[in-house]
Amino acid sequence: MMANDAPSEAPPPARGGDIVYRHRIATRVWHWINALSLFVMLMSGLMIFNAHPHLYWGKYGANFDHSWLDITPGHLRVGPLHIPTPGLLGVTPHGGRFVAFPPWATIPAHYNLAGARQWHFAFAWLLVVPGLLYWAWGFASRHFQRDLAPRAAELKPSHLLHDIGQHVRLRFPTGEAARRYNILQKIAYLSVLFVLLPGVVLTGLTMSPAMDAAWPWLPALFGGRPSARSIHFLCAMGFVLFIAVHLLMVVLAGPFNEVRSMLTGRYRLPREKGE
Amino acid sequence: MTLHLTRRRLIGSLGVGAGGLMLSGCDKVASSSTGQALLGLGEKATYSAQRLISNRAALAQEFSAADMSPVFRTNGNTQPASADYAAHAANNFADWRLAVDGLVANPMSLSLAQIRGLPRRTQITRHDCVEGWSAIGQWTGLPLGMLLKQAKLRRDARYIVFHCADTFGDHPYYESIDLIDAFHPQTILAWGMNGQTLSVGHGAPLRLRVERQLGYKQAKYVMRVEAVATLAGLYGGKGGYWEDNVGYQWYAGI
Repeated sequence: MMANDAPSEAPPPARGGDIVYRHRIATRVWHWINALSLFVMLMSGLMIFNAHPHLYWGKYGANFDHSWLDITPGHLRVGPLHIPTPGLLGVTPHGGRFVAFPPWATIPAHYNLAGARQWHFAFAWLLVVPGLLYWAWGFASRHFQRDLAPRAAELKPSHLLHDIGQHVRLRFPTGEAARRYNILQKIAYLSVLFVLLPGVVLTGLTMSPAMDAAWPWLPALFGGRPSARSIHFLCAMGFVLFIAVHLLMVVLAGPFNEVRSMLTGRYRLPREKGE
Repeated sequence: MTLHLTRRRLIGSLGVGAGGLMLSGCDKVASSSTGQALLGLGEKATYSAQRLISNRAALAQEFSAADMSPVFRTNGNTQPASADYAAHAANNFADWRLAVDGLVANPMSLSLAQIRGLPRRTQITRHDCVEGWSAIGQWTGLPLGMLLKQAKLRRDARYIVFHCADTFGDHPYYESIDLIDAFHPQTILAWGMNGQTLSVGHGAPLRLRVERQLGYKQAKYVMRVEAVATLAGLYGGKGGYWEDNVGYQWYAGI
């Protein structure tokens, strides 16, 4: 890797308005593969959920057992919490059968468990194989260690609170400070890389009866297939939350500059107000 | 500045447009033959990968009695409609026979009493439905591998097909497995469940248990075990009722 290819290697002081090389090719390619694979995985996953819209903890879980989440017509229950969801969750589309997640949120659009499983398991390869390659590259190129590993000072509560306060007021880093990921970005990306992705893949494998026989530590790790299914769903919701915040931040930080940086790698450092 | 805003708007509208295209596009992709072939690659890759990384004799987890589901729900067909089946059920399957035929040197016809008199295996295992629910129950039955050894499989046999008494509309239920699963020690033809005679709701008189696969492979009301070289030409040709009629994957290890 050339020296000028590495974002955080002793850069000359940069100022707002400068164009810097921000994302290397591996990151950019992986980002767009994920944009596609996560989109298909989430929507086909919601259709698979539609086949049995109840979640359980433990080694077994079926209709007569105690569930912690149910979606029934126009209604969501999470533990003791009852939330009316008319027209949003638990709907019966015109001419179709009852579904927990509505047609606009699922692949295929109308109830089709077999089709959803085909999409899910085909695109799972597109999520897992590039993901493993990116992990290997991230460690080998030291991208993770250099650019994503939080420094001790960043993890101090005062620093964290300050960064949260700045984000809430929509004041984002500018100039030289914008060259590096801030601590909230680091936490978000590390959570995706090392919590959500391994979590969703391992719990996904745990729902496979053949994998449970081959690797019995899988169901033992998550406390049973129904528990793994619940964690799988929670990881998926974690991705939805990440994507929502990610897209909001892209829009707030300047979508043209942000999308360009993920296409070409080049990013214009934001200027200070009045700079 | 004007240009900048226009670009932003352009990117935004491109994004929205692409999203809309993909949404309606996905169903079109899935219904095209190329799309089907591409999505089908996923199933083949999964089957090969799982066979590659798993020991062919790897056992499904067995549980203790304390782990069993308080209520093991029934599903699929719970009462075959034929008069023939009803007569056998009324007679406690006393005159019923299991046929073992196809590519075997020694075709057999066994009564339920004969099957119960053969060696048995009892296992408490988890039943995983394709829909996502799981139930843990105890099964007792004849190891399928033992039966196939007595019937003497011919060298060209590749799959074991289970013909069932129940139907969905005009379609008889059937299922099939490869020889790796057929000779797996936990693959049994169960005649007992949770310490009792297998009930009609759960598939009396015989139900296949093939523990490393999903529920739709666990054929109920098994009347005939047939060894075949290929699944083509049998019913819809895809190796099972759900595979033929709804498109569930033949390999249900995932």
